[in-house]
Amino acid sequence: MVVFEKPKSLTDAPLHYCPGCTHGIIHRLVAEAIDDLGIEGKTIGVAPVGCAVMAYNYFACDMVEAAHGRAPAVATGLKRALPENIIFTYQGDGDLASIGMAETVHAATRNENITVIFVNNAIYGMTGGQMAPTSLPGQVTQTSPYGRDTNTVGFPIRVSEMLATLDGPEFIQRVAVNNVKNVLAAKKAIKKAFQNQVEGKGFSLIEVVSSCPTNWGMTPEKALEWIDEKMIPYYPLGVYKDRSAVKEEQK
Amino acid sequence: MAKVTFNTDLCKGCGLCVTACPKGIVKLAQGKINKKGHSPAEVIDQDKCIGCAFCATMCPDCVITVEK
Repeated sequence: MVVFEKPKSLTDAPLHYCPGCTHGIIHRLVAEAIDDLGIEGKTIGVAPVGCAVMAYNYFACDMVEAAHGRAPAVATGLKRALPENIIFTYQGDGDLASIGMAETVHAATRNENITVIFVNNAIYGMTGGQMAPTSLPGQVTQTSPYGRDTNTVGFPIRVSEMLATLDGPEFIQRVAVNNVKNVLAAKKAIKKAFQNQVEGKGFSLIEVVSSCPTNWGMTPEKALEWIDEKMIPYYPLGVYKDRSAVKEEQK
Repeated sequence: MAKVTFNTDLCKGCGLCVTACPKGIVKLAQGKINKKGHSPAEVIDQDKCIGCAFCATMCPDCVITVEK
């Protein structure tokens, strides 16, 4: 009996990501959710700009490439034109939390019935490791060689907490993929985010705390430890908004 | 009997499976390189495998298939 194999919703194309990059794990979790819900034939993904720009090569469903940060806007159009289809976006922190912040906030507040997978690794990976809106205070990057100075460039944005203050969105959860336990929890959260869309509940965003061994200058193993030591204390894991659960409680 | 197979040529030798294995039986192959030029992961003692799939859960490249 097969206990574990590659999900059918991933193509056979070898991933271009660096060794130990957790994008691969998150791709697999999304594909497993699509497989589990049996929505392979009607799912359309929206790829971002950033390391995951070539996500359209890896998911075995229709994919659209959006301009930088505009994935939630493109997804809004797709969902409204094709309401029977399941639409997800897959975006990094440079894409979603920087240039695409407006699109993200407005899609959330309109409660668009889409699923957003937000990969937060606290750095711009593809362009060579510049400071991102989510880089931690004191974090050394190419553009903050003495560490992020909060006096001049401000503080990191906690996207999940911020969006949870809106009345619009249905479901917001932050997960991590730094160990087996967290990966399994992330799998559950991503599946729920897709399930919500199938049930017509509205905007679901899963923030996945991820690693970038290459630009953090660490081994893959050390990068996962750094998530535990530095990232999770600043970006606590948990459910930040679940409107359906609140409604259930009120009954 | 649990069995783990590696799609060796996809492996990038990141070692996340090595740290995830509770039995310590996954290692990066010494003195071998795959098509990509990495030392691929392999199981050194298949008999000790319990089929927990922790290695496959942490593998970013879907290299590993686990059967039980």
